[in-house]
Amino acid sequence: MKVLVTVKEVAEVDDEFGISGLDVDESALEYDLNEWDDYAVEEAVQISEAGDDVEVVTVTVGPERAEETVRMALAKGADRAVRVWDDALEGVQFLDPNSKADLIAAVAEEESPDLILSGVQAGDDANGATGVALAERLGFEWAAVVNDLDLDAEAGVASVHRELEGGIEELTDVDLPAVLTIQTGINEPRYASLRGIRQAQRKPLDVNSLEDVGLDEGIVESAVERTSMYEPESESDAVVWDGSADEAAGELAALLRDKGVVEG
Amino acid sequence: MTVLAVAEHRRGDLRDVSFELVSAGRELAGELETDLAVAVIGGDVEGFADELNREGVDTVYTIAEGEEFNHGVYTQSIEQLYADVDPTALLLPNSVNGLDYAPAVAGSLDLPLVTDVIALGGGDSIEVTREQYGGKVETTYSIDADRYALTIRPAEWPAAGAAGDATIEAFEVDVDEASLGSTVNGFEEVGGGDVDITDADVLVSVGRGIEEEENIPLVEELADVLGATLSSSRPIVDNGWLPQNRQVGQSGKVVTPDVYIAVGISGAVQHVAGMKGADTIVAINSDPNAPIYDIADYGIADDLFEVVPELIAEFGGEAPDV
Repeated sequence: MKVLVTVKEVAEVDDEFGISGLDVDESALEYDLNEWDDYAVEEAVQISEAGDDVEVVTVTVGPERAEETVRMALAKGADRAVRVWDDALEGVQFLDPNSKADLIAAVAEEESPDLILSGVQAGDDANGATGVALAERLGFEWAAVVNDLDLDAEAGVASVHRELEGGIEELTDVDLPAVLTIQTGINEPRYASLRGIRQAQRKPLDVNSLEDVGLDEGIVESAVERTSMYEPESESDAVVWDGSADEAAGELAALLRDKGVVEG
Repeated sequence: MTVLAVAEHRRGDLRDVSFELVSAGRELAGELETDLAVAVIGGDVEGFADELNREGVDTVYTIAEGEEFNHGVYTQSIEQLYADVDPTALLLPNSVNGLDYAPAVAGSLDLPLVTDVIALGGGDSIEVTREQYGGKVETTYSIDADRYALTIRPAEWPAAGAAGDATIEAFEVDVDEASLGSTVNGFEEVGGGDVDITDADVLVSVGRGIEEEENIPLVEELADVLGATLSSSRPIVDNGWLPQNRQVGQSGKVVTPDVYIAVGISGAVQHVAGMKGADTIVAINSDPNAPIYDIADYGIADDLFEVVPELIAEFGGEAPDV
């Protein structure tokens, strides 16, 4: 059995940042493995540890810098990685999740996995749509926002819980092959061990161009264009106490007494 | 030209986002000078249609297929209705179920898709606003297409109120049952147990800023000296540091205490959805730009590991070593 995991390197913005043109200044960005993908990788590795002959392959769309993130997924137990990049993708923002899905679908068609795990969303763009869009491209079945997975590979069924709003879970059986988008909290992602980090350096990481995956530059054409980026105006009218921690704590204590939270 | 919005319901009730979609749809239909249609799929479609008949809705399409949400039924139904109505804009909820079918519908109809939209604007081409980088910035997108799909963030538009005079039309679809690859077997309520945080008058709520499981006793002690109940944001429950019944937010509980003290919580939209109804909100978070301050009444923008022990001491308690 083969499990494909989509892995994204996401940008996190420092508390202090500037905006130049249509994006946050590069100097204020730090890159890391997407939190949701960390759970997806862990879920895939647990499936491979529980079964015989399970291969875990990661797929990433991103520049060379993203290899650090990809190696992290390999260090946690993925067997090999595919990274797609091309000069034609430089500066492309993938604002419409459809185009990212097209790219990943091209890799998935080559790999023919039984199961694809992706994070529910990416921490930076928060589209929350690529996984389901990918399933549609592939003609796979799917389930979004999965926080419990019980896989019966022999029967070809994934029994999942989908985390709905308000503390309700939907219990659903999904036919394989399928794309499941993985919610945080489904498992406890491991830290990469030193041994894992060493081994990751030797695991295959294939880099494919658009041509390699059978696509042309038309893939980047999109009707969606970013027109502005700005810091939202603070709506805060909070009274924020200054001063030392004990002075501020004193003010808050007085408020809480005033509200009758505590007596005396 | 029509704007077509798709309502959402669960276990016999329309969800609030359905009425917010009507408001957003009315706004967009106004911009585009076109009609607004609302579709409702499955369950008590006739009862739902009466409820969805709000001011500004021109047509409600009822599709009587199934009881509860199934993404295969929704996808096929919307594709067939789309072919008949030929809408300019497809407006769908940015809910857990909305995100379980919107990308598939947009993909199969070959529509550009923008998710989690928080504002709409007009012009030569439609312009939408969404957040980026965990809400630290907002960004606008223009969509240069005749047809497109958007998902609308819950609780951003007001619920449409006044009754309308829409035409209610039953729409027959032909669902290919054999192609449905997902079977919904039921629902489960989670987060039960000994503590009901929705019952508390005062909540001390802890978030990612607490950093380590070993530091949890610090906020436990604060809750203790205040006679408050301890709750948390999502990452604390994801990490297994507190049980699920303590979780406040979109996927947890909605709470309305007299006083809500957010300790080390940034105030992501999913969390705020669960606690904005508190009478008094106090934030303790060292980042003065954290979104929690947008809804807080009072705040201490200082290190929680400095502030919380002082606060415990104020009430005669002793902060545990963490």
